[in-house]
Amino acid sequence: MPDAIYRAEPPEALVRTSLGAIDALYHRRSGTTHLVAAPMPQILEALAEGPADPSLLWQRLSARFDLADDADAALPALRERLAELEALGLVRREPGGAS
Amino acid sequence: MPHAIGLAVGPATFRIGSAWRGPLAQLRALYADYPAVDLERQVPDFTVRLQPARPWRRFVRPSVFIAGDYWLAEAAPMALEHGLLAAEMGMNLQMALGWRRHLLLHAASVEKDGRAIILTGESGSGKSTLAAQLGERGWRLMGDEFALLDLETGAAHPFPRLVSLKNQSIDVVTAGLPAARLGPRLEGTAKGMLRHLVPRRDAIARMHDPAMPALLLFPRFGLPLAERPVAPGEAFVRLTQASTNYVALGEPGFRALTRFVTGVPARALDYPDGATAMAALDRLWAERA
Repeated sequence: MPDAIYRAEPPEALVRTSLGAIDALYHRRSGTTHLVAAPMPQILEALAEGPADPSLLWQRLSARFDLADDADAALPALRERLAELEALGLVRREPGGAS
Repeated sequence: MPHAIGLAVGPATFRIGSAWRGPLAQLRALYADYPAVDLERQVPDFTVRLQPARPWRRFVRPSVFIAGDYWLAEAAPMALEHGLLAAEMGMNLQMALGWRRHLLLHAASVEKDGRAIILTGESGSGKSTLAAQLGERGWRLMGDEFALLDLETGAAHPFPRLVSLKNQSIDVVTAGLPAARLGPRLEGTAKGMLRHLVPRRDAIARMHDPAMPALLLFPRFGLPLAERPVAPGEAFVRLTQASTNYVALGEPGFRALTRFVTGVPARALDYPDGATAMAALDRLWAERA
């Protein structure tokens, strides 16, 4: 089954401030504050380049960071992180994409 | 309400109405140095009403129920002897639930040379006691309960209400102070023995002068002396819990709080007694200077 394609919230939807080890995100649409630690800010940044499925997103992250895992080992964890970001309302699945 | 007075504390104004004369007479005496609010000419920000739990209770075993613009349905009525405390609690409640002009932090604050220390912590952490002690030794007491952060400038605005001293801190802080600055001893309240302290006259006179925060302190009373830096992330989380209007303010609140925790150094201070805390604070302040 193909992976879903995810889209980040547009940049103007979030106010982001680094608080050292964690980032504080203010989500304008929901009025909610989120505190996120690595790898969440990095995933959001990579997804901000454009909608992507987990495999494409992994390629973007690999290009930015020296990641030890190979894609097969890392993709299940990345899917879980994307599901968590979706639950927070910070990423969305593309309509019509695979579920 | 048969009886009413107007009070101004920092930027907020209150109308305190009461079914009884007694609590207002005490308030009037303790707030004598504060600017008057003429209720005939000015609509105050908040109304607090001290009313009988039942109409006939005004006369029979009188007990005070706190009402007003904002009130807690679950709050238990209080004995009339604690009417002064009821009025103070009512004013705190209006601020905590209704104030929107600043980011409200449950914190004490003191100022010296235009720069402020913000002390925050749960009840019993000693923030009121420390602020009151600092206020008697060269610092300007800005408030023992609420610090009001300016949403535009980040400055802390004073809210120098009466300081609420509890149990053993009463004798520690009030030794040598004139009786005119002290309220009656209120025994058997929900927090034990309680006594109000009127801030020094200069602190009241300067209650509209803000100060830029220079140090954020998380004190904890009753532990061996220990001090550690607090990272901005931890400070942010603890201050969202210490603010009653952070969520209501939305993005301006977020911007004010993130600016505060990234711009102001924060320390956690455990201390066994007031003298140790004063020495540690003097040292911390000298390091900041």
